[in-house]
Amino acid sequence: MKHAGVGDLAVHFALLSLLAVGGVNAVVPELHRQAVEVGSWMTSRQFADMFAIAQLAPGPNVMIVTLIGYHVAGLIGALVATVAMCGPSCLVTYLAARTWQRFEEAPWRAAVQAGLVPISVGLIAASAFVLARAADRSAGAFAITAITAIVCYFTRLHPLWMFALAAVLGYGNLV
Amino acid sequence: MLPNPPEKPPGLAAPPGRMEILRGFLSISVVGFGGVFPWARRLVVEQRRWLSPDEFNEVFAFCQFLPGPNMLNFAVVFGARCGGGLGALAALAGLLAPPVAIVIGLAALYERFGDLPALRGVLAGEAAAAAGLIIAATLKIAEPVFRRRAGPAPYVAVAMFAAVGLARWPLLWVLLIGTPLSIALAWWWRR
Repeated sequence: MKHAGVGDLAVHFALLSLLAVGGVNAVVPELHRQAVEVGSWMTSRQFADMFAIAQLAPGPNVMIVTLIGYHVAGLIGALVATVAMCGPSCLVTYLAARTWQRFEEAPWRAAVQAGLVPISVGLIAASAFVLARAADRSAGAFAITAITAIVCYFTRLHPLWMFALAAVLGYGNLV
Repeated sequence: MLPNPPEKPPGLAAPPGRMEILRGFLSISVVGFGGVFPWARRLVVEQRRWLSPDEFNEVFAFCQFLPGPNMLNFAVVFGARCGGGLGALAALAGLLAPPVAIVIGLAALYERFGDLPALRGVLAGEAAAAAGLIIAATLKIAEPVFRRRAGPAPYVAVAMFAAVGLARWPLLWVLLIGTPLSIALAWWWRR
């Protein structure tokens, strides 16, 4: 594990904040690349664990960033990472909201929207792939991922039921 | 489940004050398991009638289109609309403060007990389920892109997946090159 400072966290997450078209889930591959592959802040297994904890806790899914910050630099790291990830994009949103209305009828606005949708879909698909590879290190885990995906896609069952089932199977050492 | 009952646009409530915004967003952030999107709509449209269903969709589409966490963007736009800059801060504070505190508590537990076999097993199960949930979400958002035969869109989505998920290229470069290209293709296709 390399040692990273609070400054590294602030710079990386502030930049990522502005790249997160399609939300936090779209930048999971980049988070993984930075935290595991480039920065060596944690192992791939720890990364998958943190994503799971972020899903389990209530609140917006930006919490994965808070967890990475905590792992790297404790309480200060958690707060710095969260503010860095939220600050720049919120500022952009605030300013954009005030100007966007003006261009409602502009033809380029529709093209921009149409162009951004497949970008964000591709990014989120990449996130799903990266997370599944980090989490599915056994046949049991692979089965849980597959069943959860099928149930959540085809039914309206609340996802927490799948998380409860997965927790029981994991506690029973079946994963 | 049935589609939502037709929501008549009856008198919307008066725009909330900053304390009401803070309280409202606090109430959804502490219960928002698996993300706060459904809870936010329930609060803003169904319970308090601060926005009509159409207004909500417009605001949310705009927020998805901007970079950053979608629901935080929603908090900023909604808060600013009702209470200016301070309204935006009130919404953000309500949305972020409780989950950050909860997740830091969980992180402390994880750093301490993360290697206990029973907890390892539970987390391995949860990580697998979380991956399944995001696969399902991916399939749902990908459907319209692939079903409509929307010109270049499916190719762009697959190329993004390959560049970021398989080749693991740095996101900054992929976006700097891919985004203008995708917008140009969409522009050309629509003409």
